[in-house]
Amino acid sequence: MRFLSLAGRNIKEIYRDPAAVIMGVIMPAVLLLLFASMGQGAAPVDIFTVDGLTPAVTVFSFGFLTLFSAMLLARDRESAFLTRLLIAPLKATDFILAYMLPFLPVAALQIVVCLTAGSLMGMKAGFSWAPFLVVMFILAVACIGIGMILGSLFSVNMAPPAGSLVVVIIGLFGGVWMPLKQVGGIFGAVGYALPFAHAVDAARAIVKGAGMGDITVELYWLLGYTVLFFLLGVFFFRWKTKQ
Amino acid sequence: MMNDHGEWYSIQTFDLTRKYGARTAVNSINLSIKQGELFSLLGPNGAGKTTTIKMLSCLLKPTAGTAVVMGHDIQKTPAAVKQILNVSPQETAIAGRLTAWENLLMMGGVYGLSKEMAKKRAKELLALFDLTARAGEQVRKFSGGMQRRLSIAMALISDPQVLFLDEPTLGLDPQSRRAMWQQIEKLKGEKTILLTTHYLEEVDALADRVAIIKEGEVVALGTPDELKENLQGMQTMVVRAQNLTMEIAAGLKKIYPHTKMKESGLEIRAKELIFDDIVDYLRENNVKINWLSMKEPSLDDVFLSLTGKEGATDEVS
Ligand SMILES: Nc1ncnc2c1ncn2[C@@H]1O[C@H](COP(=O)(O)OP(=O)(O)OP(=O)(O)O)[C@@H](O)[C@H]1O
Ligand SMILES: [Mg+2]
Repeated sequence: MRFLSLAGRNIKEIYRDPAAVIMGVIMPAVLLLLFASMGQGAAPVDIFTVDGLTPAVTVFSFGFLTLFSAMLLARDRESAFLTRLLIAPLKATDFILAYMLPFLPVAALQIVVCLTAGSLMGMKAGFSWAPFLVVMFILAVACIGIGMILGSLFSVNMAPPAGSLVVVIIGLFGGVWMPLKQVGGIFGAVGYALPFAHAVDAARAIVKGAGMGDITVELYWLLGYTVLFFLLGVFFFRWKTKQ
Repeated sequence: MMNDHGEWYSIQTFDLTRKYGARTAVNSINLSIKQGELFSLLGPNGAGKTTTIKMLSCLLKPTAGTAVVMGHDIQKTPAAVKQILNVSPQETAIAGRLTAWENLLMMGGVYGLSKEMAKKRAKELLALFDLTARAGEQVRKFSGGMQRRLSIAMALISDPQVLFLDEPTLGLDPQSRRAMWQQIEKLKGEKTILLTTHYLEEVDALADRVAIIKEGEVVALGTPDELKENLQGMQTMVVRAQNLTMEIAAGLKKIYPHTKMKESGLEIRAKELIFDDIVDYLRENNVKINWLSMKEPSLDDVFLSLTGKEGATDEVS
């Protein structure tokens, strides 16, 4: 239970710098409101309706989990504070839990704010919550895992641009702002080789009424990548802190 | 482990070695530090002090050799070692957005202290390090010296039997440094302390024994007094004078090889200085002596003569 002390510190470190958290939560919601009001009435494609945008923007907002977790870890790694913790009797699992768990409340907040914004714009209610939360939880672990990788490998200066790049990649290759299947080509190929487009598809399907059984393919893609990102995050963290 | 005199060693190193690529940072160091002793590692920048501490605290694997801390091998049972020691790293290591109080409680939690115990010790440490008045403030707003004091207090929260202080007075003003010495003094005897420093006066004031290290090797070991005795008889004369040329100094250097032209004057060092001869020689060469002093060796001299590190001086050729 020693990880709780460190997790508590990380929570304070994140939430006492509210500007970043607010940006990561509010910015996607504002984009959602903008795009939804533009598409209202005359949406050319399905994805620009509020039902299509809301789940996709929620996925998109998780890119900020990568950014935030990469920044926290990179900063600690460069200060002697992490040295002190590495000398302490903590195990690798303590570190991983302490650096991952504090971001889950941010994810929950992002879901609440995005769905609230969607509802304000008239998103249909009454889809099933459980599969939606399952997809979002797995995606959150994936995104924090990427943050661990970036935070382990990059310096304080390089971690923010690297994290921002992930935000952009999720937007472009996740099919958040364009109908990836129709665009096809490079975008489609790369998009569907990555997990984000699958997460967006799954979330959209759930909002349309799909259940767990209808999104198994997407779930496998997502789960596979999540395990990969998580293991790589653990690997790079341990590798870098052994030096 | 016990030595021949029935004393307990808290820390023993056995040919402890660490290489970084081709560079040897620590070269086959053998030290035995007694229980309750304050042992100092003294050496210039890059001597290998921090590397030694990192190996002893299981942060860095030795390239060769090993060490035993309170009976636990650092390579075989690092978990046991980690629980009984604590370190104040060379750089201040604190969580900026936490208050001083929260920083201490967090470290207590990380070392497995109960909430009540952590609170009790945190209160004591805040008082000991004169931080009680600012305990509720986020520490990123502290001055460098206050952060430093907190960083050291955090190493004490777990009440470690073995404490490593890596340059504890780095960045402290002279007054705070003396206050820190008093705080460290209070810990003496109770804990085994390994303290690294560049400051000789710090060693003189605090250390029971000192190892001078240079380029990863121990070049001298003993109590501060013993080390000074090694240079016993080594006297230093400093002369300030008019008309003192390099040629005249070079003439003296033939008799006294440790003759140097410094900013403070002409410095002559030798086991036996014949006062009259030097003065006569200078007078013969029309040198007008303004000021002259003789001094006994200090720990500074020991350090300088062993490490060859000296301030900017003009070598007499
Ligand atoms: N991570 C590293 N990679 C490569 N070389 C290193 C590393 N850490 C230390 N060294 C080298 O090891 C040697 C000893 O360094 P160390 O930090 O132990 O010295 P120190 O005695 O603590 O010096 P200082 O008084 O400046 O703190 C130096 O030559 C240093 O350049
Ligand atoms: Mg050092």
